[in-house]
Amino acid sequence: MTTILDVQGLTKTFEMHHLGQSLPAFEDLSFTLHAGEFLLLSGPNGVGKSTLLRTLYRSYLPVAGHLWFHSREGVIDMANAADIDVAHLRRTEIGFVTQFLNARPRVAAEEIVAEPMRLAGYGREEALEQARHWLAAFGVKPDLWRAYPTTFSGGEQQKVNLARALILPQRMLLLDEPTASLDKGARAALVARLAELKAQGVAMIGVFHHPGDVAALIDREIPLKPKTPIEEIADVAL
Amino acid sequence: MSALMKEAPRLVRTQPLMELSGLSKTYGNVRALDDVSARVYPGEVLGIVGESGSGKSTLLRMMNLEESPDTGRYRLDLPELPEDLFTLDRFERRMLRARRIGIVYQNPHLGLLMKHSSSGNVAERLLVAGERRFAVLREKAQVALEASEFPIPRMDAPPIELSGGMQQRVQLAKAIALEPAVLLLDEPTTGLDVSVQALVLDTLKRLQQERRITMVLVSHDLGVIRTMADRVMVMRHGRVVEEGLADQVFQDPQHAYTQQLVHAKL
Repeated sequence: MTTILDVQGLTKTFEMHHLGQSLPAFEDLSFTLHAGEFLLLSGPNGVGKSTLLRTLYRSYLPVAGHLWFHSREGVIDMANAADIDVAHLRRTEIGFVTQFLNARPRVAAEEIVAEPMRLAGYGREEALEQARHWLAAFGVKPDLWRAYPTTFSGGEQQKVNLARALILPQRMLLLDEPTASLDKGARAALVARLAELKAQGVAMIGVFHHPGDVAALIDREIPLKPKTPIEEIADVAL
Repeated sequence: MSALMKEAPRLVRTQPLMELSGLSKTYGNVRALDDVSARVYPGEVLGIVGESGSGKSTLLRMMNLEESPDTGRYRLDLPELPEDLFTLDRFERRMLRARRIGIVYQNPHLGLLMKHSSSGNVAERLLVAGERRFAVLREKAQVALEASEFPIPRMDAPPIELSGGMQQRVQLAKAIALEPAVLLLDEPTTGLDVSVQALVLDTLKRLQQERRITMVLVSHDLGVIRTMADRVMVMRHGRVVEEGLADQVFQDPQHAYTQQLVHAKL
């Protein structure tokens, strides 16, 4: 199996200078993620599942350990990589699907969804065509495509968010409760898209409030426990 | 990469477009810059934040070659330029500014002739760069004003008769008229009404996305930096205290001062 991400001894602590104290999130975490594999992060609220995803994306800086990402251009330790490399990988190989849309105001839904393709060098018309395809697939009605998502309901915003995040196949996808606030039809469209990406070899690791939504996709589970070093991944039959 | 992390091996061989190293500057007994280094990569927006007196505007003025440091070097990765731009004389600096560096100041009086026509202000930049044909000057000025979303029927009105937001659009048109290698923005929306500020930021964002213009944006407004910047540099007392990807600096600030700054905003 092709390795995509090799996490070794990853530790995250938040230094809270104004309180003069440190807040440990997780420590000494090691696991490997392969192409086409789907890992579920599990554990109680506050155990550090979302923190781990953000650390993998480098929105949070780890304090120790390594994040060896096997990119198309070589292997790089994301834990210590230059910002410019991390930014490059985010544009080309690593996607992060959040549970909220973080869109600029006064930008139309189809433009927001098309943006990753525009940044990847696709022409405007081709990007917009794909954007409309994915907006339709997630159940956003055509009369909303030119409207500003900042005025949409939470559920509709999330559909735009998913269309944007999944419009281009990445090598690794980080999924932070993407099914939250989705209706049944959009959930089914999301699962179908994730299954398609998985079959194409995209590696995925995610947090789900209702893991049953993606039960058919899950290969392994990482059970996070409060402040407990995790030495190996439990193979959970699902 | 983060100022708090050691140098990492690089994956992508992109060279910085702009590289300033070891800049120090003292005014009297005030240390305005203290060993400041900065790299700006092609197509990115570098945001520089810090309170008044942190040195961020001094640094921007040096990027615009308006000032020289006591020590330090400045390199632009463009053909036919010396290894250190601070060795250029006044005329050479002016030509380089006219052709390759655009700037928008907080105060339009610094960037515009307030009683000349708006189109004339933009054309002035083209004139300095050597264009003399009236029809071409006018056409290029109009294109730049359109790109800045300035209302063309008013292109001959002098900036003094325009609103603050419109004055900033004239400055922007002047700055991009010659498609600069880098666009410097010194508090470009400070002092504007919130709605006007949002419109100017929209224009900047659109220009950045469509033309991939490299930008350096100085602001004390974290909201503006968060909206615009790919990477952020935090300055205090003439030093860089933290540098990182914008989402990392805002979500997981490392330095005590940055935490204070981010928490103050939230």
